[in-house]
Amino acid sequence: MHATNRPMTASILSDTAFLSDLRRQMLKFATLQLSNSHLAEDAVQEALVGALKNAKSFAGRAALKTWVFAILKNKIADTLRQKQRTVDASSLLREDEENEDFSELFDRAGHWLPDERPASWGNPHASLHQEQFWKIFHVCLEGLPGNQARVFMMKEFVELETNEICSAVGITTSNLNVMLHRSRLRLRECLENNWFLKGERAP
Amino acid sequence: MNCQKATRLISEGQDRALSLPEKMTLRVHLLICSGCRNFNRQVPFLSQVMRAYAQGQDEKTPK
Repeated sequence: MHATNRPMTASILSDTAFLSDLRRQMLKFATLQLSNSHLAEDAVQEALVGALKNAKSFAGRAALKTWVFAILKNKIADTLRQKQRTVDASSLLREDEENEDFSELFDRAGHWLPDERPASWGNPHASLHQEQFWKIFHVCLEGLPGNQARVFMMKEFVELETNEICSAVGITTSNLNVMLHRSRLRLRECLENNWFLKGERAP
Repeated sequence: MNCQKATRLISEGQDRALSLPEKMTLRVHLLICSGCRNFNRQVPFLSQVMRAYAQGQDEKTPK
């Protein structure tokens, strides 16, 4: 970090690697949320142009990224509210798939299998400041099945309300609860196995 | 109450207010189950991670 207070706008705007990386992340996120590449392209384009117009006021890359994702989230929320029931609900939730998920974690009585019982993570907040944690987090998030990832991101990242998600995706609250339950179980397991039980540090 | 149902209630507790009977049965289960107690702490942490992620925290970590 240079000891200058001059806004880094010029360097950000000429940093094509950063911008194309940002654009790629946004596109991936928007495509996941909208499951339509044209709508996703449009949303990303608008958000990026809107944010870069005001790029003068940004003190750095992180601030710009935060801003651009905030705009993108709003665009996605608007688009989702307009286009209702785009996904065939029956494809979201297959009974056999669901049971398969749970039978990997719980015994027949519904208790944790010995190897699957969640361990203590100690004080996990320190991890938020470690680059390696975020790498693993990305991998775990991307490892969620598409539909689970989508509703989980809608809930926890775009911060849509339950009823908004249900009407956008065309599922019942009960479907949504099951999907969120499963995505939390999976995400937790992935973080535990790849981070919290590995001494929380890269080898 | 078994662990599958307890984790489901813990998950739903993030998205809606649990009823009093739900809270009571969950609390009793948590007394006897360390795995679900850990899950109960991890689920709100996942939300915090998502919030930090949405705020670009993953770009702010020291390289």
